[in-house]
Amino acid sequence: MTISLKPNNSSPEKLQPTGWLKYISFSLDHKVIGLQYLVCGFFFYLIGGSLAGAIRLELTSPLSDFMPREVYNQVLTLHGTIMIFLWIVPVVNGAFGNYLIPFYVGARDMAFPRLNAVAFWLIPPSGLLLITSYFINGAAQSGWTAYPPLSITTPAAGQIIWILSVLLLGGSSIFGGINFIATILKLRRPGLKLMQLPMYCWAMLGTSILVVLSTPVLAGTLILLSFDIVAHTGFFNPGLGGNVIVYQHLFWFYSHPAVYIMVLPAFGLVSEILPIHSRKPLFGYTTMVFSIMGIVVLGLVVWAHHMFTSGTPPWMRLFFTIATAFIAVPTGIKFFNWVATLWGGKISLNGAMLFSCGFIINFVLGGITGVALAQVPFDVHVHDTYFVVAHFHYIVYGGSVFVIFSSIYHWFPKFTGKMLNENLGRFHFIITFIGFNLCFAPQHWLGLNGMPRRVAEYDPQFELINQISSVGALLMALSTLPFLWNIFQSILYGDDAGDNPWDALTPEWLTSSPPPVENWEGEAPLVLEPYGYGEKNSNKIKDQK
Amino acid sequence: MPKLSAILTLTSSLTLGVGGVWVAYNVDMLPVSASMNAPVYDELYRVLFIIGSILFIGMTALVIYSLIQFRRKPGETGDGIDLEGNISLEIFWTAVPAIVVLFVGLYSYDIYDRMGGMQPLMHNHSGHIENQGEKVWGGIGSGPIETSSSNNLSPLPIELTAMQFAFIFHYPKGDIISGELHVPVGKEVSLRMESKDVIHAFWVPQFRLKQDVIPGQPTILNFTPTKAGNFPIICAELCGPYHGGMRSNVIVDEQKDFDTWLKENSKETI
Repeated sequence: MTISLKPNNSSPEKLQPTGWLKYISFSLDHKVIGLQYLVCGFFFYLIGGSLAGAIRLELTSPLSDFMPREVYNQVLTLHGTIMIFLWIVPVVNGAFGNYLIPFYVGARDMAFPRLNAVAFWLIPPSGLLLITSYFINGAAQSGWTAYPPLSITTPAAGQIIWILSVLLLGGSSIFGGINFIATILKLRRPGLKLMQLPMYCWAMLGTSILVVLSTPVLAGTLILLSFDIVAHTGFFNPGLGGNVIVYQHLFWFYSHPAVYIMVLPAFGLVSEILPIHSRKPLFGYTTMVFSIMGIVVLGLVVWAHHMFTSGTPPWMRLFFTIATAFIAVPTGIKFFNWVATLWGGKISLNGAMLFSCGFIINFVLGGITGVALAQVPFDVHVHDTYFVVAHFHYIVYGGSVFVIFSSIYHWFPKFTGKMLNENLGRFHFIITFIGFNLCFAPQHWLGLNGMPRRVAEYDPQFELINQISSVGALLMALSTLPFLWNIFQSILYGDDAGDNPWDALTPEWLTSSPPPVENWEGEAPLVLEPYGYGEKNSNKIKDQK
Repeated sequence: MPKLSAILTLTSSLTLGVGGVWVAYNVDMLPVSASMNAPVYDELYRVLFIIGSILFIGMTALVIYSLIQFRRKPGETGDGIDLEGNISLEIFWTAVPAIVVLFVGLYSYDIYDRMGGMQPLMHNHSGHIENQGEKVWGGIGSGPIETSSSNNLSPLPIELTAMQFAFIFHYPKGDIISGELHVPVGKEVSLRMESKDVIHAFWVPQFRLKQDVIPGQPTILNFTPTKAGNFPIICAELCGPYHGGMRSNVIVDEQKDFDTWLKENSKETI
């Protein structure tokens, strides 16, 4: 197979809408698709965030007095599903993956542009489907885990629409995964070796392997569950001889790797951002690559740690404890390497850098509670409590969402050609960091002391701590305002960014901002040292400019 | 000056270690311990808390220190030091977490064993006619806890049926049905649990024990209360709209009071 590196003269531009219309079209341009993912994801983040606000409002008092109990369960189900399947997974994979991966491998687009557009356009309808289910007959109310028999006995319409929506989103995710694997392995510019790729490529390769291996299992499971609901089969219905624990195994076989599908790309993005803003090479490239692959392999064999209080034989508990705890080793390597990347740098304390460092601090805490939760005897007390809620929000919000914000601050000049206001960025970071920790740190205590998760009413002794947590949630909600203001204000009146405001070496910065349709006017640049920063190399960077 | 940096490293790690231990012993975040299981659990919790505090405070301090020490001063140009990696450092921070994790794993295995998690299930479970080969899954503590055999009494059998949204306890001895769990202090209880509808979970925070109550799959949980009092039983698995209200109480009585309660409520004379 030969790949043309020269610009295609039959200009696909003519076939595609231009101007702002291209963002609501079936565009085949990976950069347009990336931004479609990002804006669409952010829209659903606002909806999921409002639902979180409703949950925190309900929990300011120990009684179930803000909304009906059925609605509360629908709200928590929608909150989880939207945040995972419509915000974090599509944004850390779809948005930044589509925008950056073709640049990083030196290609003019993804391997399968049409599949790519299909993958994106599956998301808005499935998201709207999921939300409208609330207005039809009530949304699903069995949590994002949809454990049977609860999911079989709650109103069927909402649950079936939930299944349909998650199946479509899973399909979108698989299409994306196949596309990333093909692009990274097959569309690399000649002369570029795998071990010279920016770290985000490795993260996306690992993530895509997880997506392709585990998402089909979830799809199959949900199809069986829908048979149980609609056709009254008995796969998971104990009344008909089914087994509820089998569902949990199948569900977590996808849904634990799903955590890595949400955080591995975030690890990759941080590895791009830290070297540029601390003007240093990424510390320990090779160990970073191996630790990503180590996480991929271990991530596939730890699912049953979500089931320590279900019926599981002792040997299985033991195996999954040890496998889970060992994920801390490759993960730890990455964190030590990032701190070593900061060490001795010339660090710019801008929005991108602060959010990345906030991510490191939050994720270390989430990782520590994760190792604790992996221990069976520890888990049997705090499983299904607010301790777990705190733990996974430290991973997915303190981790992935902080990285999403960091990445927006970092790549916004490339996306739009305009600079963001860094003072507003720092303000946004401080409010978010304080609000986030105020909201979730006290929840560790709640869980240890006896507050289960997914409840609308609770023991009055927990009222004060819940109110503190809700104040934190309010701060998090307010922190969105300076961010949105910054985005709109900068798009309209922002300073011109130029092509490479950060003096970066990775290929997306070696073209205009925003980049032309096939990424480079001339030949794609061959970047063999994407992290060649540091004193010795600073002359090289000047030459390139 | 390598000597100065070595001294600095040593002092800061010592401070960290002492700080971590201090935090773990002075920040008490657990409820009252009221079962034989609980002190063992609290010991594990303390060890995890010490290791966790050291790691978290250390990492946070390193990040904040780097951000302050290596920040770009106004007007400064150029790049940071040219450091792409350091094999011995990387081996060091692969090995240390691996050893820590291995230690934690082995230690928690020991805790798990002391809680009775590794005991075979089919011990004498009087009061039940168990079909040969009937599959019963055990929660943690379903085996005897080390000291409980000194009571040389078989555990008190109680059956728990969970349904939306209540726990119903049945005492085979005396054929008592109760909405609250009455148990004597210091005697091992064997709870055989099954759900009528969806999955529930039996959780007593003061006992540090939780086990799902599953439809179509009986589970067993053994525990020995050590403190008289009234503790909440909480459903910990989303089971429907009134999940948050699905609570009950475990009333731990002195043996004498328990016997009185048993006698007063028995349908048949014992």
